[in-house]
Amino acid sequence: MITEKSAFTENGSMSRRSVVLLGALLPTLCSSAAAMADELDLPRERIAPMAPPFVHPHEQSTSKGPKIVEFSLTVEEKRLTLDDQGTSIHAMTFNGSVPGPMMVVHEGDYVEVTLINPGTNSFAHNVDFHAATGALGGGALTLVNPGEQTVLRFKATRTGVFIYHCAPGGDMIPWHVVSGMSGVVMVLPRKGLTDRNGNPLHYDRVYYVGENDFYVPRDEKGKFKSYASAADGYADTMEVMRKLVPTHVVFNGRVGALTGKNALTARVGETVLIVHSEANRDSRPHMIGGHGDYVWETGKFSNPPETDLETWFIRGGSAGAALYTFRQPGIYAYLTHNLIEAVELGATAQFKVEGPWNDDLMTQVEPPEAIGTQVRAVPRTTAQYDH
Amino acid sequence: MTTDEAVCRRQVSGDAFDACHVARLSFEPRYFAAVAIVLASTLAPPLASQLGAVIEAPAVVALQPRPFSYRLAGEFTRDGRPLSAPLRIAQLDRTLTIMIHQVTVADYERCVRDRGCLRIPHDSSDQPVVKVNWQDATAYAAWLSRQLGAAYRLPTDEEWAFAAGSRFSVDEFPDGAVDPGRRMLQLYEFEIDRGAPFDAAPRAIGGFGANENGIFDFAGNVWEWTDTCYVHHASRATGAETAIANCGVRVVEGRHRTYMSDFIRDPRTGGCAVGKPPLNLGFRLVRA
Ligand SMILES: [Cu+2]
Repeated sequence: MITEKSAFTENGSMSRRSVVLLGALLPTLCSSAAAMADELDLPRERIAPMAPPFVHPHEQSTSKGPKIVEFSLTVEEKRLTLDDQGTSIHAMTFNGSVPGPMMVVHEGDYVEVTLINPGTNSFAHNVDFHAATGALGGGALTLVNPGEQTVLRFKATRTGVFIYHCAPGGDMIPWHVVSGMSGVVMVLPRKGLTDRNGNPLHYDRVYYVGENDFYVPRDEKGKFKSYASAADGYADTMEVMRKLVPTHVVFNGRVGALTGKNALTARVGETVLIVHSEANRDSRPHMIGGHGDYVWETGKFSNPPETDLETWFIRGGSAGAALYTFRQPGIYAYLTHNLIEAVELGATAQFKVEGPWNDDLMTQVEPPEAIGTQVRAVPRTTAQYDH
Repeated sequence: MTTDEAVCRRQVSGDAFDACHVARLSFEPRYFAAVAIVLASTLAPPLASQLGAVIEAPAVVALQPRPFSYRLAGEFTRDGRPLSAPLRIAQLDRTLTIMIHQVTVADYERCVRDRGCLRIPHDSSDQPVVKVNWQDATAYAAWLSRQLGAAYRLPTDEEWAFAAGSRFSVDEFPDGAVDPGRRMLQLYEFEIDRGAPFDAAPRAIGGFGANENGIFDFAGNVWEWTDTCYVHHASRATGAETAIANCGVRVVEGRHRTYMSDFIRDPRTGGCAVGKPPLNLGFRLVRA
């Protein structure tokens, strides 16, 4: 908090000074972290996480023993365009994407995260892992100023999908979160996912849909404002935030991030795991034309999944997971079933599903046409036609 | 909006179509003698002195009827399967006198000041007025007609297409596959591919240049309301055919043709609606 304020009021000059002061200490910190990890004497794996909606390759179940899985998260403060009208904010991101990348491990593995805050940034950041135990989810041990980095290791003791987010203290917590700083850790059971009877469940694809609520200030004429820096926009943004009415509710950082050319894809017969997170606010995922075959609404795999759901609930500050096998081709809208937020504010994704149509599941018996006997109405026209 | 128009808008049955038709016929005054392409200011000089208001007749061109290639408006289905609308050779039944520019913010503001139009927040006065719905556009036409003592109205879709000439897009979704899933996917790809290559910020009048008829800004980033109602033409393999009009939805023309409820001012959509919506809604008028 204190570091944040000084970075703020002095336009980053303080942060740059701290970079110089702390620069000499960094090698020591890094090597000590590495030394501790070595004491565990477990195999290590370094993973390059992928930007959402994609998820890095991983085993769904494993017969091997626990390991230390290394990830690196670099904080990128950057301008982010939220919609087709060009509305933008000064976003704060993990690895440049909103949401941050999904990190997948197995129960009993150790997650070892290097958090890097480059000297070009203006603010102090940290990371609170909901999957971790102690020290505010690691938040108390990871606050890094611009120019600093830190390494945190935690044991993945519980299975499920869990939020991680920046939480640097006070007003900075909600501000950094609604500026884009959240993501998900997925801890899979070592034997993989199962239904309520313990039968194994598999997926052919996994997509990570991160929902974000944004609060963009408007000018007197109602137009969205933009600011020279994040700090310049802070007071106005906070005012909008405190009214609790978001201006944008979107998937993966912007309106249309998962529609059109960016639509998610699948084939008839494929099973898709959709992980849905909202770090700040409730949401109601729904697949128009489909269902949730197996849904871990609260996102924790030690609980039996619910089956055949129409809509499920994501509590603000949590992630949930839904498994669905596509049975029919075409376009599906995956959205929050607060339809005002879905259609007006942006929280809509689309699935393009290829494959053969199943007439048994659905057929158009009578196409739309005039009620009763045939009515012939001639459209009014100002032209004559050669037929 | 006349009472007849209101009736026609409320109803969606085939009978209502005749109401539309009648309303139109009674609304259209006699047409002016055919003239080659001429700037209308020479035809209709400012009437300020007569009316005591500083309203100038909008600049127009008069286009003589000749055959042109026209894709019929509306939705066409055969046994419930979407068909591309038929392509026809059409010819207007009279000379078309149409504004060479879209109605501007400055034009519209005059109507607002005169209490003929609803106030809508706008930016630059030399830009086309946008965020107007069909009702705003017809209110403006009625006001301008009163001011100038001549009948102005929105163009029909045929008139728009004829005036737009090479800027009228006859591209249409090809006849769909029988498989409903395949069809949804085809339409999705088709809509993605025809997104406008411009950003949404309106340009100053003339910013998209003139077409071969000397008319500006067709098919730029401001789509235009027409007076043509949405019609669903349904045919059966048996030969049975129906046409149902919904005059609460009008044809909107621009880079691609689309259909909008007449009370919509902001065409932006997110959500499950498939396809690219128009970037902005504006209009121009024809003089009857
Ligand atoms: Cu932060």
